[in-house]
Amino acid sequence: MANPAVKQDPLAARIEGLTLPDGAGWANDARGAALSRLTAMGLPRKRDEYWKYSDPTTLNAPEAPRAGLFVTDEAMPFSDTDRLKIVFVDGVYDADASDDLTMEGVEIERLSDALGRDIHWARDYYGVLETRGQTPVERPLAALNTAFATDGVVIRATGKAAKPISLIYLHKSETSDAILHHLVKVEEGASVTVLENGPAAARFSKCMEVEVADGGQFHHVRAQGRDHERRASTHMFARLGQESVYKSFTLTVNGILTRNEQVVEIAGDNAVAHIAGAALGDGATGAFHHDDTVFVTHDAVDCESRQVFKKVLRNGAEGVFQGKILVKPHAQKTDGYQLSQSLLLDEDSSFQAKPELEIYADDVQCSHGSTTGAIDEEALFYLRSRGVPEGAATDLLVLAFLAEAIDEIEDESLREDILTRLQGWLDRHRG
Amino acid sequence: MLEIKNLHVSLEEEDKQILKGVDLTVEAGKVHAIMGPNGSGKSTLSYVLSGRDGYEVTDGEALLNGEDLLEMEPEERAAAGVFLAFQYPVEIPGVGNMTFLRTAVNAQRKARGEEEMSAAEFLKVIREKAKALKIDADMLKRPVNVGFSGGEKKRNEILQMAMLEPKMCILDETDSGLDVDAMKLVAEGVNALRDEGRGFLVITHYQRLLDHIKPDVVHIMAGGRIVKTGGPELALEVEQNGYADILAEVA
Repeated sequence: MANPAVKQDPLAARIEGLTLPDGAGWANDARGAALSRLTAMGLPRKRDEYWKYSDPTTLNAPEAPRAGLFVTDEAMPFSDTDRLKIVFVDGVYDADASDDLTMEGVEIERLSDALGRDIHWARDYYGVLETRGQTPVERPLAALNTAFATDGVVIRATGKAAKPISLIYLHKSETSDAILHHLVKVEEGASVTVLENGPAAARFSKCMEVEVADGGQFHHVRAQGRDHERRASTHMFARLGQESVYKSFTLTVNGILTRNEQVVEIAGDNAVAHIAGAALGDGATGAFHHDDTVFVTHDAVDCESRQVFKKVLRNGAEGVFQGKILVKPHAQKTDGYQLSQSLLLDEDSSFQAKPELEIYADDVQCSHGSTTGAIDEEALFYLRSRGVPEGAATDLLVLAFLAEAIDEIEDESLREDILTRLQGWLDRHRG
Repeated sequence: MLEIKNLHVSLEEEDKQILKGVDLTVEAGKVHAIMGPNGSGKSTLSYVLSGRDGYEVTDGEALLNGEDLLEMEPEERAAAGVFLAFQYPVEIPGVGNMTFLRTAVNAQRKARGEEEMSAAEFLKVIREKAKALKIDADMLKRPVNVGFSGGEKKRNEILQMAMLEPKMCILDETDSGLDVDAMKLVAEGVNALRDEGRGFLVITHYQRLLDHIKPDVVHIMAGGRIVKTGGPELALEVEQNGYADILAEVA
């Protein structure tokens, strides 16, 4: 039998320098409970089933490994979008750089303000979806986040939010270790779009809990990019009410280690959840390891879920996809779809995929597919024979490969913005 | 226009000789047809001229207006004026037909130092040319060749040719998989492009395409060589007697 003390040691080292932030009694209880969960689980280990393809060592280390800053003149994503900006610098809210937090249709507060008050709606939500998301698969880094998060925002959409809320994470210190926790509650029939971008810190832990009530809509577009040496572990936990909509898209470029987990529980009938991602990695400009770990649970009738994940990898870049659809016994008429594909631009790059379906209802439609392939040489020659130079022809084929994931972004201007980022990356990373 | 001299080509991977000394000159304004039995090297010739990977030129040369084609990348050959209408046009999911064609037209113009075509001008020109080939707006919007019938794919090839206005058009079994009506439509498209400054090399198994695209010169290819050259009457002879007589005669 394993010695519990041995298992706890790395955890003790990891949290030694952290302190539980002090807030209202209920908030302290929630943080204490998260710490208990973490202590019971221990930190993720390489031999854990869901950490087989990604090494958690640097995420577990007591200190964030140094990450050099990436300097560019290029405008940041979403610059042209009319939005409410909330800026965090190395994980700390920057009031001066942020917009005023008042906006029609939503209430926005800083996490520490919300968690400091004895009476606040967040009391019934902070850490709740994270806790639910710990079964059946343990996610210790999310519990660590709930316990020790130092900053973040709580967002309550009561109507149609006037503009997207744009969370901007700037990275200015080479050793910063940021832990942010956001809470989003979309009330009945309300809707909000949340944008996220920026490298955030040398090491970034982020957790977002999203509760979508009946008829509510949550849209999420995220651009993780720029810094080559950053490490990130992010979690999205969502629970969907009847006829609600949850749509999340993530673009990832660069990054020595990125682990994005999404845990979505479809709890109300006729709800829709779409989760998509496009990742591009070039090992020539620094190590690249990207991991999408997704768990969708169907626990209601007549619901639809889609997972569309695409990765383009070159020069030793590594991609991982672990995606599951769980259909509970009464979740009849479920329409579940999962696609994970990689385009390997050379023989040095690799893609590991673990698609899983677990279905207990008998009247469902679920499909999944996973492929790994190279550029279609026939198509490349066809394009070149018409005069398209090899680089541009490859770009066309890469964009075509990514199209199904990009098309998951509903808003046209946001989609165009993401395409601009993609093209920029392709221009900088010609093989 | 196109001069092929003593061209020897083998497959890179199998060390198998396919072309064993092809000599052929296509003059501007002329249509040359190449006929021949399966495996005679007709398609290989078209691929080698357009720059496909997998072939090794062991001897000889191919010049386009005096320029060494074999030294160029496929896109450089296209910009220089070579166009291959594929026997099996490739499907490219996710790339719109229109996007593809505009990218190609402008890439060629850029390579030649010409001004790029504006979106509006391009749209006007392509609509006109598509109409003549009975290609509707939907086909232009769809991904390249995806879900196209055999006839639609071949018409799409001719549309590309019409948009790119090449100097040297190579048609590789453009009649394969076409019914009579589709073949007429394709032939009309080709005939509309016949011009004093443009050469054609039409590769086909059958004489019937040549009823619609009248050749000036007909070559018979066998065993990796041009074994006989003549006028349009040579195609009729093949149609009536097959290749056996000709092959026996030159053997």
